[in-house]
Amino acid sequence: MKIIACIKQVPDSEAKVKVEGGKISWGDSPLVINPFDEYAVEGALLQREANAGSTVTALCVGGESAKDALKHALAMGADEAILVSDSALENLDTVGAAKVLAAAIQKIGDVDMVIFGRQTLDNGAGLTPAQTARVLGWGMLGLAGQIQVKERSVQVERVIEEGRQTVKANLPVVISVVQSIGEPRYPSFMGIRKASKAVIPIWSLSDLGITAPVAIITRNELINPPVRETVVEMITGESPAEIAEKLADKILAEKVL
Amino acid sequence: MKTFVYIDHFNGEVQPASWEALGLAKTFGATIALVFGANANDVVKTALEYGADEVIVADDSTLKDYRAEMYASTLSALASSLSPNLILFPTTARTRELSAMSAVDLNTGVFTDVTGLEVNGNNVTATRPIYEGKLFEKVTCAGKPVMATIRGRAFPKPNREAGKNGTITKVEAKGEAKSTVEGYSASESAVNLGDASIIVSGGRGVSNNPALTPPAGLDEKQAEVWRAQQGFALVTELAKVLGGAVGASRAAVDAGYIPYSHQVGQTGKVVAPDLYIANGISGAIQHLVGMRNAKVIVAINKDVDAPIFKAARYGVVGDLFAILPALTDVLKKKLGK
Repeated sequence: MKIIACIKQVPDSEAKVKVEGGKISWGDSPLVINPFDEYAVEGALLQREANAGSTVTALCVGGESAKDALKHALAMGADEAILVSDSALENLDTVGAAKVLAAAIQKIGDVDMVIFGRQTLDNGAGLTPAQTARVLGWGMLGLAGQIQVKERSVQVERVIEEGRQTVKANLPVVISVVQSIGEPRYPSFMGIRKASKAVIPIWSLSDLGITAPVAIITRNELINPPVRETVVEMITGESPAEIAEKLADKILAEKVL
Repeated sequence: MKTFVYIDHFNGEVQPASWEALGLAKTFGATIALVFGANANDVVKTALEYGADEVIVADDSTLKDYRAEMYASTLSALASSLSPNLILFPTTARTRELSAMSAVDLNTGVFTDVTGLEVNGNNVTATRPIYEGKLFEKVTCAGKPVMATIRGRAFPKPNREAGKNGTITKVEAKGEAKSTVEGYSASESAVNLGDASIIVSGGRGVSNNPALTPPAGLDEKQAEVWRAQQGFALVTELAKVLGGAVGASRAAVDAGYIPYSHQVGQTGKVVAPDLYIANGISGAIQHLVGMRNAKVIVAINKDVDAPIFKAARYGVVGDLFAILPALTDVLKKKLGK
């Protein structure tokens, strides 16, 4: 199987993200592979291991710096990495990203399975996997916690609000994965060495034979969340029972029960 | 303004934010509810009672199981022929896919997890969290219809008027399914943190009860998880008494104490319940952005310097293994349960 893991680069989850001068700032925090996408890479590697003769390509749309996120995927064990980067891709919404990814997937050719993380930490919309499937005209298996391939048929365990479903589709297919796919492996020493030497090809929009998608969604304003002035009231007492009694009265007085 | 509201249900069980979306749509004018799926008569009736002027039903047997491709094609066809200005959805696993695909068909955009929506004439501006709630953005959409999935509990639930009638229109399913649903198992503990009005949460601290002796034969890690599970039993007990849901910090989930579906905060669920009781949670930034919009936050922690106290309305510094069961007992009595 030819497997693609789609990844994005985002500010680290520990970052204190703020609006400064109308722009988003994350201070000194590093840019990292989107944590949800590490599960996509893990899912792809597990499928490569389960299906002899498979390869994993990590694919990313982003600036030059996003090569570092691709190197992380290579260090985890991906066979190759491709960066789609173009100055015309500054304002990309999710439909636009799906169109660019779909064009790259078609250029790679003969792809059987495309795996995404469930969402990104920055925009957090979680729309791109289904939109990429729609643009490609492929089936979509969303929120998979487990993937099993038998010949040209794929079965996943889908995790939804109400429980788990078993869902089947035929290859080629787009899959988004959730955490229960398995903890992402740590990059190995050999993997890191290989990644550091890897030459990552950069594809421009003209390489893909498309023009920049027109952004449909426009961001007009960024807002820091309102700071809530809460003053904590500490509840003390001689015994747990006394503390519990006082705390229960406070909670009841808030009329939230 | 004409608004479609997609009522999201699973075998007839409606995701409650669907009604909140319906209530929001009513404030903008004509409201048409969409109900897809087989045997949805009760859902249709309830949609009328919650205020829909009209319900469009696609109850073709091919729509019995949700399959994103067919649901999206059916929605796109309706939007093309009836030209709504706005389509609202609750934010769920299904609606993210469905709205995503329809947006491709209709060359428009989707705002997800919307917490505020302003309508000016036919212009729609949405407020939504980004960076898991560390920031918010105000966005507009050049396509039509504008699509928005709303966050649970961000908008008020409308009143239900028993027996209210309205037009019901039947339409056919469109498109082609690309998958089959082979089986289903309900989750052992139904977790719907997004819709919960009360959440009782546990963190790493729930594993530290020194009074417990783990059963023989467990290694160190297994013993730690065993201890944590006893701790979460106390958390669950209080949640039960209050009719609330059980949450957890990322640290507790990463340590294997409790499944991921319980995780609150960055990379987990962002929640806004009326009451949030944090037990043994220190309050890392990722957790705080996930729960700081709760109306009342109570924190129980042994460390007086824990950052969680900065977000809390009430705090207790002490042994949660003594205080939590005592609190459960007192509340049980006071609530007459």
